[in-house]
Amino acid sequence: MDLIKVVEQQYVKADIPEFRPGDMVRVDYKVVEGGKERIQAFQGVVIKRQGSAIKETFTVRKLSNGVGVERTFPVHSPKVANIEVLRKGKVRRAKLYYLRDRQGKAARIKERV
Amino acid sequence: MPKAILGKKIGMTQIFAEDGTVIPVTVIEAGPCKVAQVKTDEIDGYKAVQLAFGDIKEQKANKPLKGHYKKADLTPSRYLREVELEENEEVKVGDVITADLFKEGDVVDVTGTSKGRGYSGVIKKYNFRIGPKGHGSKYHRGVGSLGAIDPARIFKGRPMPSRWGTERVTIQNLAVVKVDAEKNLLLIKGSVPGIRGSLVTVRKAVKA
Repeated sequence: MDLIKVVEQQYVKADIPEFRPGDMVRVDYKVVEGGKERIQAFQGVVIKRQGSAIKETFTVRKLSNGVGVERTFPVHSPKVANIEVLRKGKVRRAKLYYLRDRQGKAARIKERV
Repeated sequence: MPKAILGKKIGMTQIFAEDGTVIPVTVIEAGPCKVAQVKTDEIDGYKAVQLAFGDIKEQKANKPLKGHYKKADLTPSRYLREVELEENEEVKVGDVITADLFKEGDVVDVTGTSKGRGYSGVIKKYNFRIGPKGHGSKYHRGVGSLGAIDPARIFKGRPMPSRWGTERVTIQNLAVVKVDAEKNLLLIKGSVPGIRGSLVTVRKAVKA
């Protein structure tokens, strides 16, 4: 048995919801401020998923006051408290970098049913 | 107990600390090592323990080795290495050393055989600078000057292209992140010398 996998398995979360690039998600991220822990939400479109097992990360893009903001989270990080899929998107790419060059109507993603 | 254990480098991965920090770790399958011989002051003039690690088929060992293992009542193993013994401690032939020799937070030195890089030039081996690529330059990846003209010889140790790697390397003061004695696994922070599957010696840090 692959011993690397044995090690990684202990840290991999089992309860990750299924989500793909193009989906709208809300990520609840734990932040420590002045010794207190609270949860900060980051909501946007998943533009990529990368890596496998414990090393997997995903990037969420949103528009904040008209400025594009992208954040990358490790899927299995204990700091990611919850991932909620709000809307499933239908896209034809695995990496949606083209969204960076689009605005408004052009940046829409069709819903996947 | 001995100061060190033999192991096999499995590879690298990462794990999360409780606060979410990512720790890069090397997974080492450490032990179980059996004591094949104890060297004593009276007989050998110094103290040490000879550890046997890794199983092989009986027929892979030659006759002299088979005899040596038979003396210790062991089956032949892939590696036999001598390690130092902790002061005022005793081990017997046949004792089994497992990964719980170390615990979380220990500081260790890891010795292995570095990756072989073949015949390498000075750019790769010694981080020399590359010469200009254009403007009529004909000097690209050469060794450059070998020293002053006056000594009329080249000083020893002059960096020159040659075979690189496959040598004994020790990395000091690495932290043990996790010990899994059941599966014989040691998780050590950072990288350790050698290719995957190679023999490494994990010993208590000299400078800790």
